[in-house]
Amino acid sequence: MSPFRPFAAQVGAETYMTLRRGETLLLTVGIPVAFLVFFSTSHVVSTGPGPAVSFYVPGILALAIMSTAMVSLGIATGFERGYGVLKRLGSTPLGRPRLLGAKITTVFFVEVVQAAVLVPVGYALGWHPGHGHAGAGAADALAAAVLATVAFGGIGLFLAGVLRAEVNLAAANGLYLVLLLLGGMVVPVAKLPGALAGVARELPAAALSEALHAALGTGGPVPDAAWVTLGAWAVGSSVLSTLTFRWE
Amino acid sequence: MPVVRCDDLVVRYGPRTAVDRVSFAAGRGEVLCILGPNGAGKTSTVECLEGYRRPAAGVVRVLGLDPVADHGSLVSHIGVMLQRGGVYPMLPPRRALRLFASYYDNPEDPEILLDLVRLRPVARTPWRRLSGGEQARLSLALALVGRPDVLLLDEPTAGVDPEGRLAVRELIRAARDRGACVLLTTHELNEAERLADRVLVLARGSVVAEGSPASLMGEPGTSREVAFGAPPGLDLEPLRSVIGRGVTVTEEEPGRYRVEAPVFPEAATGETVAPDITSGALAAAVTSWLAERDVAFRDLRVGRSLEDAYLDVLRSHDEATDPYLDGRRRR
Repeated sequence: MSPFRPFAAQVGAETYMTLRRGETLLLTVGIPVAFLVFFSTSHVVSTGPGPAVSFYVPGILALAIMSTAMVSLGIATGFERGYGVLKRLGSTPLGRPRLLGAKITTVFFVEVVQAAVLVPVGYALGWHPGHGHAGAGAADALAAAVLATVAFGGIGLFLAGVLRAEVNLAAANGLYLVLLLLGGMVVPVAKLPGALAGVARELPAAALSEALHAALGTGGPVPDAAWVTLGAWAVGSSVLSTLTFRWE
Repeated sequence: MPVVRCDDLVVRYGPRTAVDRVSFAAGRGEVLCILGPNGAGKTSTVECLEGYRRPAAGVVRVLGLDPVADHGSLVSHIGVMLQRGGVYPMLPPRRALRLFASYYDNPEDPEILLDLVRLRPVARTPWRRLSGGEQARLSLALALVGRPDVLLLDEPTAGVDPEGRLAVRELIRAARDRGACVLLTTHELNEAERLADRVLVLARGSVVAEGSPASLMGEPGTSREVAFGAPPGLDLEPLRSVIGRGVTVTEEEPGRYRVEAPVFPEAATGETVAPDITSGALAAAVTSWLAERDVAFRDLRVGRSLEDAYLDVLRSHDEATDPYLDGRRRR
């Protein structure tokens, strides 16, 4: 048997379930689109020079990645653990690596769908990305998205692996709200009070939005500090979740 | 070589010993039912066979493999049904069966299984909206989809309606008939009596009885018991005098009667007992007495049920291990 068949079937099932969950679609597509439109057109937050949309397209893309990789993946996995699904899968030939691989692949699928919705909305709102070297910007954005997906996925799976499903649900949503406000997604980090801004810069959310702002907004190089922060969170959270994850 | 083997299995949860030196074996084409009260260690035992739990001591082998160390090689040969849950709440039966079928080299056809477990009418209904019985039948179908050599089923008929039970029993027998070794835990003594080739009774983590249902109930013809249902409050004295002295006739619960002849003469009392009456003759005497009096009766049972035997085993085990229970003899 091709080892790919169970993997492909698992990705199919995970994608089916993700796209059928109303609350997941609200979180991963509805809220980001609503935020993008609302904040780009209402000027409630001062985002510095240039049209607001050029701040919000990268910021909301960062929010979308966090929603899918941390909140949606973490909550779903927490409930699967609570319902004994992961335990039951443990006695099938699927195996943990393929299950994990399928979950990550599904997250990337959903992120592609999110980008396919958010980017056209951004253009419709008057967004003009990059300045001359859009190719390099796109490559940087992609690399930052992959690193951030691993980092957020590790955080989501860490919470899902140690907390009871209902507590995990609350924790993931609470963390989402905190990182949304501190992550440079709707409010520029520079506008935060000094000490808070310092803390925010060490978190993966701000590092991701900073990278995306550079790659897709100004077209300038992504600061090294952002790469280091993203890389450290990616390594740290995946190691932590691997060490602590309970399948039952 | 036995397909499933436990030698002196011990499972501990902290200071508590849940399974205490349990040994048994089961072979190809055999259905072994593990019975016992809640907390007897049934699930812990099965979870050691499934590789979910590491024994504190003892040896566990399934198809000659160590369920924990050789988990990867074992999983394609076992079909597991957990006591609860185990399926994605969003996934409807057809999708769940197709997904699980993709895990195995030579799976059953999901469409055929849908019919066998009678879930076609709800093939597109998410798991969370299925009834308890439908969920149990889907779990069983998922355990069967990989054509396992060993089926490990934890309470497969819990919450299943009578029609569903029939389907479950048929599927388990079919798996056994094609050579699978089936190990299941249950509280349903009727299920065990109909299904089991062998029964293992656990109490407080130890094996207290083992054997075929027939050997636990008494071989046909050796038992001297007849039970029947009739209107409550029958005057039993005439029946006692007709059948003979030494035979006890009791109304166990309202409308449920038991007639029992002692197998051995009661030497202690020196009483003359009924001649060595056969169970058939006992049943004939009872039914003709009831017919003469025009008493409507039903559910005539000759011999003991597995439930009777099971309760007796547990009671005598309790008495052996707990002196304070002495006064609570049943009859």
